[in-house]
Amino acid sequence: MASVTARVPSEKWREGNGTPPSNAPAGPVEERWDRHRFELKLVNPANRRRYHVIVVGTGLAGGAAAATLGELGYNVSSFCYQDSARRAHSIAAQGGINAAKNYRNDGDSIFRLFHDTVKGGDFRARESNVYRLAQISVEIIDQCVAQGVPFAREYGGLLDTRSFGGAQVARTFYARGQTGQQLLLGAYQALERQVQAGTVRCYTRHEMLELVVVDGRARGIVTRDMVTGEIEVHTADAVVLATGGYGNVFYLSTNAKGCNTTAIWRAHRKGALFGNPCFTQIHPTCIPVSGDYQSKLTLMSESLRNDGRVWVPKTMGDSRSSEQIPEDERDYYLERRYPSFGNLVPRDVASRAAKNVCDQGRGVGPGSLGVYLDFGDAISRLGASVIGERYGNLFDMYERITGDDPYKVPMRIYPAIHYTMGGLWVDYDLQSTIPGLFVVGEANFSDHGANRLGASALMQGLADGYFVLPNTLANYLASSTGLAPVGVDAPECREAVAQVGERIERLLSINGSRTVDAFHKELGLLMWDHCGMARNEPGLLKALDRIPELRAEFWDDVRVSGANEELNQSLEKAGRVADFFELAELMCVDALHRRESCGGHFREESQTEDGEALRDDEQYAYVAAWEFTGAGKAPVLHKEPLSFEYVHPTQRSYK
Amino acid sequence: MNLTLHVWRQRNGSDGGSFVTYEARDVSPDMSFLEMLDVVNEGLILRGDDPIAFDYDCREGICGACGFMVNGRAHGPEKATTVCQLHMRHFSDGDVLTLEPWRAAAFPVVKDLIVDRSAFDRIVAAGGYISVNAGSAPEAHSVPVPKDDADRAFEAAACIGCGACVAACPNGSAMLFAAAKVTHLALVPQGQPERYARVMAMVAQHDAEAFGNCTNIGECEAACPKEISLDTIRQLNGDLLRGTLKRRKRQASTVSG
Repeated sequence: MASVTARVPSEKWREGNGTPPSNAPAGPVEERWDRHRFELKLVNPANRRRYHVIVVGTGLAGGAAAATLGELGYNVSSFCYQDSARRAHSIAAQGGINAAKNYRNDGDSIFRLFHDTVKGGDFRARESNVYRLAQISVEIIDQCVAQGVPFAREYGGLLDTRSFGGAQVARTFYARGQTGQQLLLGAYQALERQVQAGTVRCYTRHEMLELVVVDGRARGIVTRDMVTGEIEVHTADAVVLATGGYGNVFYLSTNAKGCNTTAIWRAHRKGALFGNPCFTQIHPTCIPVSGDYQSKLTLMSESLRNDGRVWVPKTMGDSRSSEQIPEDERDYYLERRYPSFGNLVPRDVASRAAKNVCDQGRGVGPGSLGVYLDFGDAISRLGASVIGERYGNLFDMYERITGDDPYKVPMRIYPAIHYTMGGLWVDYDLQSTIPGLFVVGEANFSDHGANRLGASALMQGLADGYFVLPNTLANYLASSTGLAPVGVDAPECREAVAQVGERIERLLSINGSRTVDAFHKELGLLMWDHCGMARNEPGLLKALDRIPELRAEFWDDVRVSGANEELNQSLEKAGRVADFFELAELMCVDALHRRESCGGHFREESQTEDGEALRDDEQYAYVAAWEFTGAGKAPVLHKEPLSFEYVHPTQRSYK
Repeated sequence: MNLTLHVWRQRNGSDGGSFVTYEARDVSPDMSFLEMLDVVNEGLILRGDDPIAFDYDCREGICGACGFMVNGRAHGPEKATTVCQLHMRHFSDGDVLTLEPWRAAAFPVVKDLIVDRSAFDRIVAAGGYISVNAGSAPEAHSVPVPKDDADRAFEAAACIGCGACVAACPNGSAMLFAAAKVTHLALVPQGQPERYARVMAMVAQHDAEAFGNCTNIGECEAACPKEISLDTIRQLNGDLLRGTLKRRKRQASTVSG
């Protein structure tokens, strides 16, 4: 238990007046989305082409949104930093996508998926949104099958499903270990079809660096052409951000190297509230760090825990190799601490337990930051061929990266940052606090509360993109009559371009002594140590002291090579890391203010006697939506109270 | 281990470009190939040189962003491995490695090891999809798909669009790329209505780009990090022939009718 505060932490933030209304409808939960859709205004099909919509990001949410808006007849500009819309990081999702089809007749239903998601999110999500997500899940599978997505099938030709992430029903649809890839290619193909139809124009290798706000509404973006360096303004009637999560604030994560916070952070600076920034998810089964050159972490599907047994040596500093450690000197700590769930406890519980044993000096492998995931028992019980059938591709991947053969020696695994539940605050219509700025997919804060269930990220991205946004955006456009066209030489555009240009010039002119990556690694380590798997007040205060210093050092001593007018990866990274510094501070403030443990947010001060997470519903059953007041200045906290009419808060237990 | 790298440096599309030699020192066998280049680049930045530009993103072998030639082989010497998943334990101290971008007329160099693969997007836009608007889909179980077809469709759909097949092909053909998508969609019932129009449109776009013709050499299959089979090209050719015959028949009946 941590001690009482050394300082009054409230100097770190100010209390505001609350969020704007969430616009979540009242009435029976199963009727809300239908009724709301009926109440939304429509845009006449003949008028749609006159509306121009910008969609930033081409992952599941952005790709699906841009394609669907194009199908409806809107004039869409789609932006991505990659060289093709097909490469967004949704592509790397392995496990699957949840849907309440109940094809198994195993008791699943829309209500059960809703219930599981609210509970799994540790009661920090909006019931209305989650119910809608569960409803739409069913349509997503239909849509993807019609697109030709090659889901796994049974011999009768029907879709196969599996149980995932501790769910008691088999509601996860999958395409081997490449579900994200196949769903994304479906969305990408739908998008390219609209490119051919002339409704969508794709701007690849274009990075959004600023939001343009005119008369309080989002009216455009400033981009940098990553090949020529040209700074361009694109104006529109509405802007949709689908730019993913910000896990790379930790430097090492399972995110793609290019994933960044810049688009949502720039919008936050321009007035969009940021919801629950400290809610980050850590995945327990990743390949551990092998050296300080490590550039990213690779996730191994958590299905491995179905047959692998997690252990570490009983004694501290035991440096013998795994086969030299006899059975009675091994600590199968998950089986010991959680006899009923054993190795299958949820992600956050498994991750924290691994951290605990490593903190005790019982970790294995380089730097003692790893635990064994041992298939020895399963192989002797079922045979290597059965294990090979189940996990062969994962074993190959592990061997390719580590050089170890998991059929012969136990895998070494360690938790890694995987997903961010936090993001820009949006109302039920997925609209941020800036009118005309919509946020979809991982980039928004909604639906997953404080913890996301496995196979739910793909579901949310596609629900937002294919089915929710196209309705709610139409309502905005139809309600905002008289949106005067904004020219690229409007004062707001010129100002935004000037800001971007100045910032780039400043980054290029510092010519200091440390590289961008060196700063990013230091920031990442600081965040991992103090705002990672377990957080406490002294640690967070320490991080809040150090981040501004490090940010100042960055702006004083970073070396960015080359010029703006060329393809310049050093410059691209520098802009992203500059924004990560500001976000990191907000994450620590959010983690500091929330003196409870919930989902992925574990405050050491708030735990049960057995060391489990202890929620405080009396004080913290709200969304924390933060307002930007200036870099390094205390942000303002706006609360959106959460009420639970259908799923009543309970404390999780996996004993 | 220490390595010598001969790296193709080219400032932009209009620059001529040339090889520059770098030493990579103290390379750990556990590094990935791209991490080895990261370390070289950190050194270049600190001494005031321009770092080597190369495409990458997921570094898990699935996004398809990375790829260049290592000693003349697309993605380097390991079978079924993208260069981001290639680890330095497959090399030895003193090795000399030549790194070049994909060389193909349809993939102009953007900078150093980065090429422009937008021709792939245009091939997909020409017809590499099933036309179904969001919301119009029938219930997923209304059409069963034989498991064998679904599995084969998946195997073809595993293409990551990296371009190694084009780089490996002596003709600079993208037929394996086009064929993978044609095969995926031809094997599922949902893909049937547009099956022949699709293959003809995609091949026409392939030919309109600067890709060469396929002469069944098979280098593409050997270089493919996802092991897309040459059989997909057989499928494409068969469908293209049937599509062409159908069109002729239709034209003939229009003329005579």
